[in-house]
Amino acid sequence: MAWTREDMARRAAQELEDGFYVNLGIGIPTLVANYIDEGIDVTLQSENGMLGMGPFPFEGEEDPDLINAGKQTITELRRTSYFSSADSFGMIRGGHIDLSILGAMEVSEKGDIANWMIPGKMVKGMGGAMDLVAGVKRVVVVMDHTSKAGEPKLLKQCSLPLTGTGVVDLIITTMGVFEVTPDGLVLKELAPDVTLDEIKASTEAAFTVSDKLAA
Amino acid sequence: MKKIYPDAAAALEGLLFDGMTIMAGGFGLCGIPENAIEAILDSGVKDLTIISNNCGVDGFGLGKLLDAKRIRKMLSSYVGENKEFERQFLSGELELEFNPQGTLAERIRAGGAGIPAFFVKTGVGTLVAEGKEEREFGGERYIMETGLTADLSIVKAWKADPQGNLIYRKTARNFNPMMATAGKVTVAEVEEIVELGDLDPDAIHTPGIFVQRVVKGSFEKRIEQRTVRQKESA
Repeated sequence: MAWTREDMARRAAQELEDGFYVNLGIGIPTLVANYIDEGIDVTLQSENGMLGMGPFPFEGEEDPDLINAGKQTITELRRTSYFSSADSFGMIRGGHIDLSILGAMEVSEKGDIANWMIPGKMVKGMGGAMDLVAGVKRVVVVMDHTSKAGEPKLLKQCSLPLTGTGVVDLIITTMGVFEVTPDGLVLKELAPDVTLDEIKASTEAAFTVSDKLAA
Repeated sequence: MKKIYPDAAAALEGLLFDGMTIMAGGFGLCGIPENAIEAILDSGVKDLTIISNNCGVDGFGLGKLLDAKRIRKMLSSYVGENKEFERQFLSGELELEFNPQGTLAERIRAGGAGIPAFFVKTGVGTLVAEGKEEREFGGERYIMETGLTADLSIVKAWKADPQGNLIYRKTARNFNPMMATAGKVTVAEVEEIVELGDLDPDAIHTPGIFVQRVVKGSFEKRIEQRTVRQKESA
């Protein structure tokens, strides 16, 4: 079976390491917080201006002055600090954040990513996505392997306006896990019961298969 | 020199004119200058260029100025919460310049700090880079972004003293501190005005030199996405 949203979030959580400062995007990436190994210490950053993001508040304890980048009410922790959006993006652009996990509409075999605009349809804006992919040390994309219409999202070249070029390090999809290397995409893992032929048929981008998986 | 004004309309008196550029603090509906927005709406001023990360929601925050067709141009990073925005933009009534959120924050910081331009790697190879000077530093590509200033900045803080020293609260800080530095005139609305000496000088976020007028406001503080967890039953 292909991976579910929760499976992908669980797999993405394995990319977190002890001591990491991490920024999680909206959607499936937000779910990653539910699967962080209890044995490691991770600090979540919210790009509107907070380090040390806590869980949702209990009903009746919501604070309108305390929201995350998805505008959801959240809580603070004993480690929390607050700062301006300029300082926040200084952290991001300056390479101080270890890992960013975010969604995408398209990713290319060179690690280009498109996730902010569909021309002719609504233009919502890039928010902090361009800053995150440009500045964070390691960028992990979590997305469906194909579009709702069944079209590949892992492409030779992105067709939508780009968020960044050559910035993605790892791609986790409903069908498998790909690493972006200087020699192109390498398929590292397959979801249970997904065959190599199936994933090839659903992928436009060229990729090689890791030795471990081929064995 | 008296910085405290009785209400937002009085604090904005003599500052508003058609075609002006206004910076408005806030992220989503968090930390927005609700009182100044209302007073600007009441003043009838129009053809505004607004620099703000978002444009409120339909019927609240900057969405009120949008509904009344007072805004000619927006500089923002994300406007996805607003149907009237979409309508005016697609019909050509409203101009829009998207800036990556961090680039927007830094352009405002730079403007307030007397820095006319700077280089960032954000947006290299994307639509954002079009028409901008590109240079290489240490083997990496960067694009030039310019500093931003405004005729007026309207910001929201938690506490002020009579000198205009400001303290913000939690994530309601967001764009407010940079915007306070980048307006020719900055009007701060706060929840509480305290006596001189009541704010710890080491804890002040915005020194009063950046703030010309202060008003105590009343705030609805609407929540955009109310998310909660359940208490585990014992």
